[in-house]
Amino acid sequence: MTAETNRRGWLKGVAAGASGLWLAACDRINDNPKVQQTLQSAEGLTRRVHRATIDRKALAREFTPADISRDFRANGSISPGDDDYRALLETGFADYKLVIDGLVEHPLSFSLAELRTQPSRTQITRHDCVEGWSSIGQWKGARLGPLLDKAVLKREARYLIVHCFDSLEETLDGTGRYYESIDLIDAYHPQTILAYEMNGKALPVAHGAPLRMRVERQLGYKHAKYISRIEAVSDLKAFGRGKGGYWEDRGYEWYAGI
Amino acid sequence: MSESKTSRKVLVRRHGVVTRITHWINLLAITLLLMSGLQIFNAHPALYWGQKATFDQPWLSMTAVERGDEMIGVTSLGPVTLETTGLFGYSGKEGAREPRGFPAWATVPSYRALVDGRHWHFFFAWLFVLNGLLYLAVNLINGHVKRDLLPSRDQLDPKHLLHEIADHARLKFPKGEEARRYNALQKGAYLGVIFVVLPLMVLTGLTMSPAVDAGQPWLVAVFGGRQSARTVHFICASLVVAFVLIHVVMVLVSGVFNNLRSMVTGRYAIEVEGEAR
Repeated sequence: MTAETNRRGWLKGVAAGASGLWLAACDRINDNPKVQQTLQSAEGLTRRVHRATIDRKALAREFTPADISRDFRANGSISPGDDDYRALLETGFADYKLVIDGLVEHPLSFSLAELRTQPSRTQITRHDCVEGWSSIGQWKGARLGPLLDKAVLKREARYLIVHCFDSLEETLDGTGRYYESIDLIDAYHPQTILAYEMNGKALPVAHGAPLRMRVERQLGYKHAKYISRIEAVSDLKAFGRGKGGYWEDRGYEWYAGI
Repeated sequence: MSESKTSRKVLVRRHGVVTRITHWINLLAITLLLMSGLQIFNAHPALYWGQKATFDQPWLSMTAVERGDEMIGVTSLGPVTLETTGLFGYSGKEGAREPRGFPAWATVPSYRALVDGRHWHFFFAWLFVLNGLLYLAVNLINGHVKRDLLPSRDQLDPKHLLHEIADHARLKFPKGEEARRYNALQKGAYLGVIFVVLPLMVLTGLTMSPAVDAGQPWLVAVFGGRQSARTVHFICASLVVAFVLIHVVMVLVSGVFNNLRSMVTGRYAIEVEGEAR
């Protein structure tokens, strides 16, 4: 019996050792920068194939009020503690101004009341989180396209940087602050709006009050919450860690169509 | 016919070069797709039916819950709830266990990293699709699928099928001339995986892409929603695992060396009756 237990213990030890070595080897391959670079080359292929085969104006499916999720999950920041945000929240965003600047002919700024007078769109859409779940919600907001037309983009403008109020990570250099970026194809897509309402009510803090982006054909992390400023740029390198967004700086795909 | 039966081994051509190359690339791609897929699943280890998640009513979930002053792993499948500590929901080395859907040995990388899981998954998804298209194009054109994979009429006879099932249950495999062709169960398994399960994997994978859904809304309609597509993706992956397990067992019990040689060099030995020369 003891011999049997010993043998079993020994076998277990060998199995654990072998699997440990195997896992360590797998992880070392995963952590190799060259391997990572090769794996990430697939993103460019996916983006190009999507842009070539999917109609740039194709709309994401819109649902009926009966489809709206009662348990729409809020992810990432759900109550930003940043001082400038807290100050605005205290007065119900009365002093809030959305700034649109950068490579534009006419830098603009809008209060929430002014934004509400801009051309708007209401849509009931599916929100797909990178984690795998989906929730359905109704969004009303100012269409981004007409706002950009008012500001008049300069010819060099290729992307929009969406600056946000919330810090998802405490860092000394400020790279923990959330931001996102989209190209002009998505910026001018008819369903791309700056939402100030969710399910018929003012946008809740957990979902990005006072203003969040809706980019309906991409994953949830592109739909930046707590927007403070939209800046037209020619290149993404100068912002954050240079990859075009908070999660992109941490390895996630800039093109989040899958 | 002579009474004293002698048999000799002859090597027949079994697998074409494209089949052999795509088979091994497929093995690599599917292994990494599975392990990175489980990593992605672990980011939200719950499955739903329909368009949206119903967070308090998944049909499958793996969670870590407190029981007294210890944590346990719990797997819920419909109305059934099982304790699965160490495997699903809560696993890892004794004393360093953590909440996670599938255990570290099943995911790439072993530690929790959705971002890396996605990179592996989408890279090998492209390799898998291109490799699969090459296999299909060549083998549809050269007639391999029609000639060797579609069951012949005699194989579909119910008596023959029952006989085959009985033989399989006793791990008795065709010999001689009959071994020149795949048996009907084998053909059915290959056809099912190649033309049903793997294409469903690709289509449900595409359906999880919000961009593809905007361009091809019929895909979402076919599967009844993005969360249904995620569920079907998981079920088909489970079927692929089941197929691979049976496939490997069959390879082992029906002559591992002969089978491996045929998938490497293309030559497969069968025994035929006749005078030794």
